[in-house]
Amino acid sequence: MRSKLLYACGLLAALLLVRNLYVVLLQLPDDADQGAVYRIIFYHVPSWFTAGMAVLTALVASVAYLIRKDLWWDTLAVAATEIAVVFITIGLVTGSIWGRVAWGIWWTWDARLTSALVCWLLYAGYLVLRTAIEDPSARARISAVFSIFAFADIPIVWYSIEWFRTQHPAPVLRGEGYMDPQMKAALYANWPALMLLAAVLLAVRMRQEAARRELDGLRRQAHSL
Amino acid sequence: MTAVDVAGVWKYYGDFPALRDISLAAEAHTCLALLGRNGAGKTTLLRIVAGFQRAGRGQVRLFGRDPRDLATRRRIGVLGHGIAVYDELSALENLILFGQLYELEDPRRAAEEWLERTGLSRVRHGLVREFSRGMRQRLAIARVFLHHPDLLLLDEPFTALDDRAVAVLQRVLQDGLARGCTIVMSTHQIREAMELATHVVLLDRGRLRHAGARPPEMLADPGWLYSRYPDA
Amino acid sequence: MIFLRHVLTVANKDLRSEFRTKEAINSSFSFALVILLLFSFAFDPTEEMTREFSGGLLWIAFAFAGALLLNRSFVRELPNDCLDALIASPVPAAALFLGKSLANLILLLLVEAVSFPVFGVFYNQRWTQQFWPLLLVAILGTWGFTVVGTMFSALTVNIRLREVMLPLLVYTTLLPCLMASMQLTTLLLAGEPLTSVEGLVWLRFLIAFDVIFSTLAVAFVETVLIG
Repeated sequence: MRSKLLYACGLLAALLLVRNLYVVLLQLPDDADQGAVYRIIFYHVPSWFTAGMAVLTALVASVAYLIRKDLWWDTLAVAATEIAVVFITIGLVTGSIWGRVAWGIWWTWDARLTSALVCWLLYAGYLVLRTAIEDPSARARISAVFSIFAFADIPIVWYSIEWFRTQHPAPVLRGEGYMDPQMKAALYANWPALMLLAAVLLAVRMRQEAARRELDGLRRQAHSL
Repeated sequence: MTAVDVAGVWKYYGDFPALRDISLAAEAHTCLALLGRNGAGKTTLLRIVAGFQRAGRGQVRLFGRDPRDLATRRRIGVLGHGIAVYDELSALENLILFGQLYELEDPRRAAEEWLERTGLSRVRHGLVREFSRGMRQRLAIARVFLHHPDLLLLDEPFTALDDRAVAVLQRVLQDGLARGCTIVMSTHQIREAMELATHVVLLDRGRLRHAGARPPEMLADPGWLYSRYPDA
Repeated sequence: MIFLRHVLTVANKDLRSEFRTKEAINSSFSFALVILLLFSFAFDPTEEMTREFSGGLLWIAFAFAGALLLNRSFVRELPNDCLDALIASPVPAAALFLGKSLANLILLLLVEAVSFPVFGVFYNQRWTQQFWPLLLVAILGTWGFTVVGTMFSALTVNIRLREVMLPLLVYTTLLPCLMASMQLTTLLLAGEPLTSVEGLVWLRFLIAFDVIFSTLAVAFVETVLIG
C-alpha cells in the first residue's frame, strides 16, 4: 500500500516535471535581454526553495531526535540533509552555468554564492561525519548536535559575507526586476513539482536508511550468538 | 535503603538491544557480582548505572536519585577498564586533582592518606608514566576510594592486577563493605569475587538469567552457577 | 562559585600536563612559524601588500596551529579512560567543557603572543601601535575558535578519522569568526581605530558568534558526552 502511494507520487512528480519542461521549453518565449538561457531560473530558484525546506526539516528532525531519542527522527534528518545537499548542488551548478552565460564568469565571491557554498560544506561535513561513527545511536546523537550547530551558523555566515561583500563590490546578481506573469506562473508551477520529487526521494531514502539500520541490528545480533 | 535500583532497562545500539529489560536492585551494604561471558552486557549495564550512558528505556536510580545528579555522583566511585589517572601528572597531583573535583575539604590530606594505604607514599612525586603496572593499578584504586564513596561500581576489578594490587583491592573492598558500602562489580574471576559477593546476577546476551543471594555452593565451586545455566 | 572552581581545576590540569610534555604546544608553535615564513617566500610581499593581508595571514596561521592544539584536547583524556573518571566525578559537563576551552584559549593565545612579534620582525610591521584593541580582538577571535573547536573535539573524540574530521567541521563552522578576526586585525594593523564603522560591525559579528556558540556548546555538551 505504502509502496503504491510512493510510486504514485513519483509518477505524479515525473508527470509534473515533464509538463513543466514542455511549458518552459516550448510555450514560453525567449527573454528579451538574456535569450534562451534565462529558462534555468525555473529550476534554479525552486531548487533553492526546496533546499531551504530540506534544511529546515533536517533541523526539526535533529532537535526531535535529541528530545525523543527515536531513531525514526534520525532517519528523517539524514534523508533531509542528503536532499538538501543534492538541491544545494543543483542550485550551485545551475547558478554557475547561468552566471557563465549571463556575466561570462563561472563563479563570483558574491554573498549568496559564498553562503550557499558554505552551507554545502557544512551539510556535506554532516554526511562525512556520519560515516565515521560506528554505533547508530551515537551517530544519531552526535550528528544531531552537529546539525544544530550547522544551522545556527547559516545566518551568521550569511550576514557576515553580505557585509564583507558590501565592502568589496562584486557584480550585482539581479535586481528586483519585473517578471512576466506567465513566467511567474511557470516558476511557481515548478516548485511543487520539485518539492514532490524531493518528498519521494526523501521517502525512498528513509526506507533505505531504516533497512540499513535493521541490517546493522541483525548483524550485531548474529555476532552476539 | 536501596542503593541501586535498575527498572526495566533496555539499551539499544541502533536497532540491536544490548540490554533487554534488565531489572535488579542492590540493597545498601551488599556486594553484587555481575557474571556472564564476554558480550553479555555487563560493562554496558555498569556504564549505564554509572551514568556514562543513558538507558534507551527504563530507568536507573542510585539512592533514589538520577545517576547524573551531582549529589549522586559525589557518592559513587567507578573503576573501569582503564586506570583513569593521568600519565603526565605525579601520583600526588592525580589524587589531589580528583580530591578537588570531588570537593573534598582537604584534598592533599586525603591524597596523602590514600598513598599511604596503597603503599605509594615513597613515589608520591613520581610521574605516573614512569610507574610499573602494579603501581598504576594501586593508584587507580586510591583514586576510586579517595572520596569515601557509598557505592562502588567496578568493571572487572581483578583482571590483570598483580598480587599486591589484588591484596590491596581485597582489603579496601572489605573495609568498604564493613563501613556500609554497596558494591556492584562485573567479573570473570569468580573465585576472588565470591569472597565478597553477597548476591550474584547472571547476564546472558543482554538478558537477566539469574538474580539472587550468592548460593553457598559457589564458594567451593565457582563454576556452579554456570553449570545451572549451561547455555549462558 | 564551585562551578568556577571546577572550571579552573580542569583548566589547570590540562595546562599542567601540556606543559610537562609540551607535545601540542611545540608542534603548534612551529607550525605557526613555518606558515609565517612560507608565506613570505610564496608572495615576497612589500610592506604595503603586507598591510593589506596581515589579518588573513595571521589568522590562517593561528587557525592551522590551533587545530593541532584542539586535536589533543579531548584525546588527552583517552589513554587511561580518564574521560570516564571526569564524567563520573561531580563536575557538571559544562564546567568540564569550559575548563578545557579555557586551557585551549590560553595555549593558543601563547602561540599568538609569539607569532605577533615574529610577524612584526619578518614583515617589517609595527604591530604594537594599537596593542590593547588588538589584544581584545585576539581574545574574542580565539575564544570563538576554541569554543567551537573544543566542542567538536568532544564530538569527534571517539570516532574514526578524527584528525581529518575535526578540521573539516571546525573551519567551515568557524568561517564567520575567522572572517571577522581577520578583518579586524587587518584594520588595526593598518592603524585604523576599532571604533570605525567597519570595525564596530565586525566586532559585533565576532561577539555575536562567541555568544551564540558558547551558549550552544554549554547547552549541548552533556548530550554529546553522555547521551
